[in-house]
Amino acid sequence: MTEHLHDDTPADTDGDESMLADGPPLADGRNTAVASQWQLMWWKFRRHRLAMAGLTVVVILYLIAAFAEFLAPFDPNSYDRKGGFHPPQAVHLIDRTEEGGLTIRPWVWETELTRDPRTLVSTYQATGEKTYLRWFGEGDSYELWGLIPGNRHLLTPVDPDKRFYLLGADRLGRDMLSRTIHGARLSLLIGLIGVAFSLVLGITLGGLAGYLGGWVDTVISRSVELVLSLPTIPIWLALAAALPATWSTETRYFFITLIVSLVGWTELARVVRGRFMSLKNDDFVVAAVLDNAPQRRVIFRHMLPSLTSHIIASVTLAVPLMILAETSLSFLGLGLMPPAISWGVLLKEAQDVRSIVLGPWLFAPGVAVVITVLAFNFLGDGLRDAADPYN
Amino acid sequence: MLLRYFIRRLLWMIPFLFVVSIVVFALIQAPPGDFLTTYVAKMAESNEGIDQATLERMREQYGLDRSLPVQYWKWISGLAVGDFGQSFEWNQSAWSVIKSRLPLTLVLMLSTFIFAWGVALPIGIYSAVRKYTVGDYVVTFFGFLGLATPNFLLALVVLYLGVRFFGVHMGGLFSDEYEGEPWSLAKVIDLYKHLWIGILVLGTAILASLIRIMRANLLDELSKPYVTTARAKGMAEWKLILKYPVRIALNPFISIIGIYFPALISGAVVTAVVLGYPTLGPLMLQSLLAQDMHLAGGILMIMCSLTVVGMLISDILLALLDPRVRYD
Repeated sequence: MTEHLHDDTPADTDGDESMLADGPPLADGRNTAVASQWQLMWWKFRRHRLAMAGLTVVVILYLIAAFAEFLAPFDPNSYDRKGGFHPPQAVHLIDRTEEGGLTIRPWVWETELTRDPRTLVSTYQATGEKTYLRWFGEGDSYELWGLIPGNRHLLTPVDPDKRFYLLGADRLGRDMLSRTIHGARLSLLIGLIGVAFSLVLGITLGGLAGYLGGWVDTVISRSVELVLSLPTIPIWLALAAALPATWSTETRYFFITLIVSLVGWTELARVVRGRFMSLKNDDFVVAAVLDNAPQRRVIFRHMLPSLTSHIIASVTLAVPLMILAETSLSFLGLGLMPPAISWGVLLKEAQDVRSIVLGPWLFAPGVAVVITVLAFNFLGDGLRDAADPYN
Repeated sequence: MLLRYFIRRLLWMIPFLFVVSIVVFALIQAPPGDFLTTYVAKMAESNEGIDQATLERMREQYGLDRSLPVQYWKWISGLAVGDFGQSFEWNQSAWSVIKSRLPLTLVLMLSTFIFAWGVALPIGIYSAVRKYTVGDYVVTFFGFLGLATPNFLLALVVLYLGVRFFGVHMGGLFSDEYEGEPWSLAKVIDLYKHLWIGILVLGTAILASLIRIMRANLLDELSKPYVTTARAKGMAEWKLILKYPVRIALNPFISIIGIYFPALISGAVVTAVVLGYPTLGPLMLQSLLAQDMHLAGGILMIMCSLTVVGMLISDILLALLDPRVRYD
């Protein structure tokens, strides 16, 4: 399922946080009486252990995506004709020196494709030799973010002609670890860019509906209901099929992101609309209006800042929806296409049963998707609980 | 009374379907070129030339030389009488292609629907009543995992496990001996022997959200004073829970059907593609890839209309369950 990952059900309330707002200074010196709103939110958020774990994982994932070229052992498109469906290998860190002592250096068993003479089944057998690895060694050259040239990788084979596969290899002998790491970049980015699109749509439409009310509200609310009641994947597929196949990877990426964001804005619009409606009659907004502040100032200077925390929470919960949408679209062959590398594109390789039986490690990008979506959901749940620290 | 309510709800669907049909029509028109350009390209591919006069005649026949509103009118009035246009990919009317796949699609959807709501109800109640026990944590854990796993991934994993541990390919809907056979009880049983995988894959994702909704709403009710009162008066615990808080917590659980039904349709597309089911989803994907827009548009229209079924089910169930729902 790719939609409605979160619901508007009331969260479990433990009732132990209601004293935070105006209680006495806490034992560890935190003074809730004078703390700012954001400070209170952070304190409340920090107590949510799953959300903190989610935050950590999300930060790590984006760091991996940012430094993909350096972290991946190989160029994601480089292949080894002799390495098709190579199974994952374990890195050994302790090695025996020639004198029989122990030293610390990474290595893997070298393998060779051998065919069983009787059953004719090909398997990779250890040759007994070791392939030595090196930290921060030189390998395939790259340009970090298309700007900084380099050829250092976190872990490379000492002998540049050797290869090793921590997550196995795909059909063509391309390193799955390198491909999964590189796939993180497009997949995670589509979440952020898509959310940015739907944020603009959601805040504008939701804000208009909530602030103006009347027929504008009716039209926008009905549209939101309509979009919510349409089955998303068929609509996305139809939209994506309308994109000309001749477009460049970048243009296609942009439009796929746009298509994916068509679902995220409804939830945001609903949240913003509801908040605007309740804020409209709050004292400070009425005061600003009575002070003859122009409408634009009332909205952007007075109302939006008090919504920020709620918007951040909704946005966080919208990101995994976008990532799942891209993955499904690309998997079905109507989203991103090779040579672009995203988790969905990689999973397309695992589409037929024969491939996954030969190489179950082709699921690696799928595991990455599940981890990402879980982390974002935990993070979003925590943010939603913390968004209103006075409750 | 209920019948009048039902008819009124049905009438409400007309403006909805009207707007949906405009959206679908816009989507059919979106790809560059029209049905004939694709047709000509297809003919050229198979080295069958087509002369200009025939082309002109076809253009007139399909009304492609008219303005968009006229074309829309032609299309929508055709839909109303079951004429979905021509599928050049299959060389027959789009409706006859759709018709052959519609029943199995509906069987898959309704079975999943019954499975998901039927299983979520007891688990949700258990999870709320036994809050913070091991069972509750297990349910919550699997719930989150179900939420985060895309349908197609789960389907692939099931297929993999089937081949790896049982040596059978679990895709498809019929065993070889029943393929093309007339319907019989044995064939239905054979169908469900295959279909349960799809039902399970499709159901788990929705199951997770449903359990969360049931749990959260029931928890809200359980802490209310009337529950304490009933308990203080010595009412049997399970009778108490099932008779009062569960009935109230059922409302959001039922009204969410209208929203989750589209999700079910969406998920069914991807799942059916992976599992190789002869339902509408793979057909739509195929027709989109071949730019067979009349067929794709027809399927899209049917899928969007199916969401109406979800709304109707939820409306009627709510009216039956909750006497507070007014019939007028």
